[in-house]
Amino acid sequence: MGMTVVEKILARATGRAAVKAGDVVEPGADLVMSHENAALVINQFHEIYKGTGIEPRIWDPSRIAVIFDHRVPAESPKTATNQKKVREFVAKNGIAKFHDIRGDLGGICHQILPENGYVRPGAVVVGTDSHTTSHGALGAFAFGIGATEMASVWALGAALNVEVPATIKVVVTGKLPEMVGPKDVILHLVGLLTAEGANFKVLEFHGETIRAMSTSGRLVLCNMSVEAGATSGIVPADDETLRYLREEAGVRDALTPVQPDADAVYERVVELDVSNLEPQIACPHTVDNVRSIGKVAGTKVHQIVIGSCTNGRLDDLEIAAKILKGKKVAKDVRMLVFPASGRIYTQALLRGLIGDFVQAGAVVMNPGCGPCLGIHEGALGDGETALSTTNRNFKGRMGNPTSDVYLCSPAVAAASALTGVITDPRGPAAGGAR
Amino acid sequence: MSTVVLTLGDDVSTDVIYPGRYMATVLPSETPQFAFADLTDFNAKLKAKQVPPGSVLVAGKNFGCGSSREQAVSTLKGHELVIVAKGFARIFTQNSVNLGLRLVEVPDLDAKDGDDLEVGATEVVNTISGKRFHVVPLPPARQALIDAGGLIAYTRKRLMDTVKK
Repeated sequence: MGMTVVEKILARATGRAAVKAGDVVEPGADLVMSHENAALVINQFHEIYKGTGIEPRIWDPSRIAVIFDHRVPAESPKTATNQKKVREFVAKNGIAKFHDIRGDLGGICHQILPENGYVRPGAVVVGTDSHTTSHGALGAFAFGIGATEMASVWALGAALNVEVPATIKVVVTGKLPEMVGPKDVILHLVGLLTAEGANFKVLEFHGETIRAMSTSGRLVLCNMSVEAGATSGIVPADDETLRYLREEAGVRDALTPVQPDADAVYERVVELDVSNLEPQIACPHTVDNVRSIGKVAGTKVHQIVIGSCTNGRLDDLEIAAKILKGKKVAKDVRMLVFPASGRIYTQALLRGLIGDFVQAGAVVMNPGCGPCLGIHEGALGDGETALSTTNRNFKGRMGNPTSDVYLCSPAVAAASALTGVITDPRGPAAGGAR
Repeated sequence: MSTVVLTLGDDVSTDVIYPGRYMATVLPSETPQFAFADLTDFNAKLKAKQVPPGSVLVAGKNFGCGSSREQAVSTLKGHELVIVAKGFARIFTQNSVNLGLRLVEVPDLDAKDGDDLEVGATEVVNTISGKRFHVVPLPPARQALIDAGGLIAYTRKRLMDTVKK
């Protein structure tokens, strides 16, 4: 019986000839990631060793990545002290893949891991962040876990009691229309599957649209697979994956892409033709509450956010800057831009995009998670509405339970910044014909 | 017998259970104060110790969706609540198993605030309405972790076994 990509990866990671959905396995971890919540992982790690007489020891520091992104620079003494403790732990334990708060090497974990070549096709990646699903874009099996589970991985080098997930094959065909992109595809898909439709399952992406999509776009799809409940999203590695890893991430060593067997067993197959897809909007307060833009155009917004692990990469900033260049953000709108990493910030700076944003009236912030999860910057006032390229719109997500969050693509966000209402980027406001 | 102290709908996210603005607080000893912080009345009752341990929280499908933040589990565990829902999200489920928060999956659940439930291993009985509901058992792999006393105890034992070899 054939195997899916994830089944093949888990067979390799457990030293078995084959595994199938439902099997319980303990895969060795190739890369493990934490952000500020490493503070809790460290606490739980030491708990494990209490009373054992064994000296706490990380199984392999070279496989651990720690990236500060959720609250950078620190918003409070408490966060700053947690970051300080993590910094000391990282130094003491020789964790080299550490990305502190820096303008050159820092950024959001789900951008830092790919752009530094830490994620490889066929790898098992776990992270203490639900959007660890992102790294499936490079053909890895990547999934989110809690801090205690990560402490266990640090001690043993394997994830315990992992049930091999069933896989839903998603086949995407058709050429994406102008101003419609990967974000619209995944919002549409989450709407179809619902917020729990892929719970405990993997989304494996195929089809001509995916083959033609850049790694940046694939990261969007896999990033938001978790919004349908998926354990992970995955794009089987291909020429584009190898191009990205060689040319953009600077990887020199051998790579081993993993493909599904032709007779792999899928739980179901979902086919999407995107050739007539409209820009998609996720409305409050669930990510599967998705409508085409025509249904919500004209909704007043107070804050526009472009950035995050979902849509803070160079192609996202480029399309937004193209729409905003030489124009002005509406006077009653606050527009915040968060490049996903220091590297992307620098590229945007050199290409003049940062200038385009600032001159249009947007505020360009430092790379980080920013207002996405309501901890740090860009909180919303009572009853206010945000339109954001981030990945969640749950009640209270941006720090205020009386506010509304709509999710969209960078093109929709930029077009809407010009008008102050949700605006179709294909229309006249953004220089289009519709 | 356990009383239903809060009834919620589908897709209750970790942002509702433990709002992101309290994420700098990480220790299980400190997180319980922020449980359902934006449901101010319920949070006040929890903090005033007016909700007895073992009380039941009832919810719909996909409870705990969203973030991997373990605070969303430790904050409920701190009050020893039992969560009876039509379904649970994946990471929340695993975190609950790891930390020993009791989750009971009951797809056909029908219960409201003030009802008294008998929560058994295979069946939940609503003693007010008289209705009985089937419980979906945990997969054996997860039950093994619970039987070991949670993931820390389980991993500790694995480490000790490794050293003995």
